[in-house]
Amino acid sequence: MFFQTYLESDLSDQFERMRRQMDSLFGTWPSSSSIRAVAAGSYPATNVGASAERVDVYIFAAGLDPQSLDIQLQQNLLTFSGKRELQRQDNASYYLSERFNGEFRRVLSLPEDIDSEKVEANYRDGILHIIVQRREAVKPRQIEVK
Amino acid sequence: MSESQLTEARKSESPNVQSQSDREVFLRPPVDVYEDGTGITLLADLPGVSRDRLNIQVDKNTLTIEGQMVIDMPDGMESLYADVRGTRFQRSFSLSSELEVDKIEAQMKDGVLTLKVPKRAELQPRKIEIKAS
Repeated sequence: MFFQTYLESDLSDQFERMRRQMDSLFGTWPSSSSIRAVAAGSYPATNVGASAERVDVYIFAAGLDPQSLDIQLQQNLLTFSGKRELQRQDNASYYLSERFNGEFRRVLSLPEDIDSEKVEANYRDGILHIIVQRREAVKPRQIEVK
Repeated sequence: MSESQLTEARKSESPNVQSQSDREVFLRPPVDVYEDGTGITLLADLPGVSRDRLNIQVDKNTLTIEGQMVIDMPDGMESLYADVRGTRFQRSFSLSSELEVDKIEAQMKDGVLTLKVPKRAELQPRKIEIKAS
């Protein structure tokens, strides 16, 4: 690990930086005190991040058909529900069966200044990423001193 | 046949997270493992891990799955809520000798890894025909 070529280390440095950014961002956050917070291990796991322009919701739902997901945004409440049906092998003996199987429903409260008309969602590699824009008024504005 | 041939190599204290050092936090992916006549199949949920960020290694009889999650994040983002507090998945299993480690097949789709570990052909169960006299 310490003896890498320059090319490798350059690429991995870049990646390492991104990883640290993510780890430091979500890794150190204290437990949520939201009244809608759910027990750890609930499916699907979810992260929510916010910047001045938008709110990003990440739903960690591997192997899910995105078409089967029902996502609703009512004011600042994001509800998503669906069903994950795993194919069980009949003529096999199971040693471990940890992956979630069944119906789920979660509600997340997002910041109140989101614009529920400006939502987009994409699904890639098992993560559903929902981006909701925030309303103009709350974006920080530079105030010029004359 | 009913004996487990693919067992978890390391037990972690916490169900979802195993900490290797102070800095590194590994997420422990949930898995399904089943066995049929041809071998053992393992399915693991690795959301955010693409094929090129997945590393499957067999060292002697230990199978290790590692994956790096890639998340698209805008600049200046702050966390409001986080169930997932790491970006690296890792989990190890030990394999028994009747499994053919050279013939492991892996497939990745929508963040789900499917690993097929075949049994040696001579050890696969044969159906014994009972002939009517």
